[in-house]
Amino acid sequence: MDLFEILFWILTIGAISSALGVILSRNPINSVICLIATFFAISGHYVLLNAQFLAVVNIIVYAGAIMVLFLFVIMLMNLNADVEPQKSRLVQFAGIISGGILFLVILAALRDSKINGVLEKSSNSVGLIENLGKTLFQNYVLPFEISSVLFLSAMIGAMVIGKKEPSNDLPERSPNQN
Amino acid sequence: MPIQYYLFLSFALFCIGIMGALMRRNAIIIFMCIELMLNAVNLLLVAFSKMYNDASSQIFVFFIMVVAAAEVAVGLAVIVMMYRRVHSVDINILNRLKH
Repeated sequence: MDLFEILFWILTIGAISSALGVILSRNPINSVICLIATFFAISGHYVLLNAQFLAVVNIIVYAGAIMVLFLFVIMLMNLNADVEPQKSRLVQFAGIISGGILFLVILAALRDSKINGVLEKSSNSVGLIENLGKTLFQNYVLPFEISSVLFLSAMIGAMVIGKKEPSNDLPERSPNQN
Repeated sequence: MPIQYYLFLSFALFCIGIMGALMRRNAIIIFMCIELMLNAVNLLLVAFSKMYNDASSQIFVFFIMVVAAAEVAVGLAVIVMMYRRVHSVDINILNRLKH
């Protein structure tokens, strides 16, 4: 058992336990913090897999930007464990059972698969930013440009949706909306 | 290290995400579980990229992150809008399409 495998198991246990913490903790703030821990563990896996650029981007974009956005929204709404809506025990049990059955089905399908790849530990330059940039701008220029349009539309859409409504359409609300 | 370990890890994370999306009623937690599922897929793509020494799948991971960022921006705006209307993030309140 060398250093690679020890790091793999530490990161795996960290990722799965904090992912369980996301769905089991009652306070949404704790869920966000557990999800950030999961993202850090996944970034550690990226480093082990020689994807250094993606590891850094994962930390910056996911743990840095997206999760802070989640935290801001949760704090804005002042959510805590007291106002947390809970499903009934039966529905929770059904959710766990169906997720576990899906896991079992995938495992059973995987046992018969012919994927026999071995990840050798030698480092290579695939995940470095130079190689990724060449691949991105030689083979995937069009999706890159389209994603800029996607970002622009998402930005405008978020502003339009999140805008405070003018007060003159308040009487148009149906009376059963409280 | 065989790639099966990474396959199992990714499937475990994906199934935890699905369990969370089915178990919880808080819209924000469900949204976070979707992010967790996206990250499980990302991890799988990176493992296959290492297996085949190919940079294309890392580019796919990059695009998944782009789409996830855009999705989070719009989705959180929708959730904030919903909270402003009904003062709750409980998804069981949002069943008015039935009526």
